[in-house]
Amino acid sequence: MVKEVKTLKSFSQSAEKFEGSHLLCPGCGHGIIVREVLNAVDGPIVLGNSTGCLEVCSAVYPHTSWDVPWIHIGFENGSTAISGVESMYKALERKGKYKGQRPKFVAFGGDGASYDIGFQFISGCLERGHDMTYICLDNENYANTGGQRSGSTPMGASTSTTPAGKVSFGKKERKKDLPLIMAAHGIPYTAQIAPNKWKDMNKKIKTALDTEGPCFINALSPCPTEWKYHSSLAIEMTDLAVDCLIFPLFEIFHGQELKITYRPRNVLPVRDYLGVQKRFAHLFKKENEHIIEALQKDVDARWEYLQRREEAKV
Amino acid sequence: MASSYHLNGVEAWDGCTASAHALRQAQVDVVAAYPITPSTPIIQNYGSFKDNGYIDGEFVLVESEHAAMSACVGAAAAGGRVSTATSSQGFALMVEVLYQASGMRLPIVLNVANRALASPLNIHCDHSDMYLGRDSGWISLCTCNPQEVYDFTLMAFKLAEHTGVRVPVMVHQDGFLSSHTVQNVRPLADHVAYKFVGDYVGVHPMLDFDKPVSYGAQAEEEWHFEHKAKLHHAIMESSAVLEEIFNDFAKLTGRQYNILETFNMEDAEVAIFALGTTWESAIVAAKKAREKGIKAGVVTTHLLRPFPFVALGEVFKKTKAVAIMDKSSPSGAMGALFNEVAASLYQVQGSRHPVLSNYIYGLGGRDLTQTDLDRIFEDLSQDAQKGALTHPTQQFIGLNGPELSYF
Ligand SMILES: Cc1ncc(C[n+]2csc(CCOP(=O)(O)OP(=O)(O)O)c2C)c(N)n1
Ligand code: SF4
Repeated sequence: MVKEVKTLKSFSQSAEKFEGSHLLCPGCGHGIIVREVLNAVDGPIVLGNSTGCLEVCSAVYPHTSWDVPWIHIGFENGSTAISGVESMYKALERKGKYKGQRPKFVAFGGDGASYDIGFQFISGCLERGHDMTYICLDNENYANTGGQRSGSTPMGASTSTTPAGKVSFGKKERKKDLPLIMAAHGIPYTAQIAPNKWKDMNKKIKTALDTEGPCFINALSPCPTEWKYHSSLAIEMTDLAVDCLIFPLFEIFHGQELKITYRPRNVLPVRDYLGVQKRFAHLFKKENEHIIEALQKDVDARWEYLQRREEAKV
Repeated sequence: MASSYHLNGVEAWDGCTASAHALRQAQVDVVAAYPITPSTPIIQNYGSFKDNGYIDGEFVLVESEHAAMSACVGAAAAGGRVSTATSSQGFALMVEVLYQASGMRLPIVLNVANRALASPLNIHCDHSDMYLGRDSGWISLCTCNPQEVYDFTLMAFKLAEHTGVRVPVMVHQDGFLSSHTVQNVRPLADHVAYKFVGDYVGVHPMLDFDKPVSYGAQAEEEWHFEHKAKLHHAIMESSAVLEEIFNDFAKLTGRQYNILETFNMEDAEVAIFALGTTWESAIVAAKKAREKGIKAGVVTTHLLRPFPFVALGEVFKKTKAVAIMDKSSPSGAMGALFNEVAASLYQVQGSRHPVLSNYIYGLGGRDLTQTDLDRIFEDLSQDAQKGALTHPTQQFIGLNGPELSYF
């Protein structure tokens, strides 16, 4: 039921369920990821959305960009809204009041909605075992409210609430490891995806939607506006992120079996990624160089950890 | 198929059991819930109905009240009958989503066993949570005993789902005083109750894939106001629908409800206006006051929202003094209910208004005694004779010594 997209051309030929008339910034990763999810599905799909860029840019009354049933309640509860829809489907199906094909249930939330305020809600949905896929659009900041730090913002990034200044190098804390926390619920499927690796992304979306039970996907979503780079470079940004291993691509089955799905032939230093985004520009000052080193150390250690888990099949 | 439950003509139920049976009989499709005293037995009873095969619907045990209402919103938008229950802090946690539910015009029914709000933590009844949700765009029904809880919960589905209404409804009962007090309740047989409530009629269900619908879009200054105005008008018009439902229910059961319930108001010179269980206590006091020659009456409303301000203005047209009883802290103002009644009197143009006074009582479960009520009728009687207040407009009754304070 979920299509495997073998060529880029077949994407362009599939029916559009997310219309072009949205208000996302040019080059925003959110639109790319959403379209790839919708293009991957043939049958009925229901979408939930947390408050954030995607929601405010796609449904401004009386307009909507969505050609599929879609719901937004609040910032934290997009996941739970979909768990409610899924529960109603189960009830109506059991009572013989719903006769169609079993729909796919998907919730989108930004990293703010997922790493922070909606964390408990997602955890609840995963624990209860709803048949749904939660997709975090991880642009590493609260973009909709003007680029504040989130639990996903990398250490050293200058954001509107952690601006780099005379006595500050930007955000002090490391990025929360959300996919691994979510996988620890023992859910059937967890993955990280990035839009540049579109085949890998399509395959993982297909796996998640075809898997019965709760699945979690963390999607790197480049944000030219808040990362501060030219909007034509979205895909190049994700190329750099995966090639310097700042955003490794992997999947985890049942919280137990980790597989790395992309190994860069030439691993790049994180400096290459940081250097092209203004949110990290201040790190290249002499007094902040140690933050780049710390970030590189973190990235190396995490990659090492992921590899060891893969090897040990855990 | 869920098996049907054998009920006797009269059952000994507390308010929580009564509402759980009403949810079961309405064949709710999704209940998403989280426990909090004193509403907990509603979902416990419901859970046992589910686990014993009396319920076909989904029972979703979420991780918080915020999630409970969020799941209810998703489920209701999907297109089916939805309900939950809560109290106090749980209600407070739901408030954000209450506005979202009413804004989307989703006919959810929420049973609330009213309880005080912390701090200090307290599990007993007052109406602080009821007033917290008062302006959230829900129709708000008040009840005074387990029979009314049962009857009103059934009627709430009919009201919320009425195609001319489509507004969520909360049914209030006094925590412990009603929720845990066992009384005789005359239930309907399962099939009769379900027939009364009727099948759920979907309006823009999300699970209709031929007509995809977007729920919860943002509406800025061009449209937000219109949505709120429409919601307000739907709520205002719902009282006429409720009256029809009352009449249909009376034909079925012989129990005739009215939006305003009055006791001895035909010739009353003084009256107490109070919500929930206090209605019955005040009737006892009014009878005693009559024996002493005070022309005492009592008024309550089954509707906090929409507030029956026109009818109230009429009811108090000839009354000389009215005490408005508020079971929540005014925190720097006149009591919430006092303000509602005072405003209502201005609906009746040109008439003399009764002398109004405001009694704050029962916070955190403090008992309201018959002695307190006797005193209030005495106060009112003096006000009526003088044609003016003979005491401060606002009084706290039943307080312990004034020397006790938090700081
Ligand atoms: C309860 C609540 N708190 C705060 C907000 C304000 N708010 C709306 S969107 C948002 C940030 C969204 O960030 P994220 O989830 O990362 O999504 P993005 O906009 O980056 O796509 C915030 C703080 C809100 N809508 N609701
Ligand atoms: S601010 Fe960033 S996330 Fe928001 S629409 Fe623009 S590019 Fe996309």
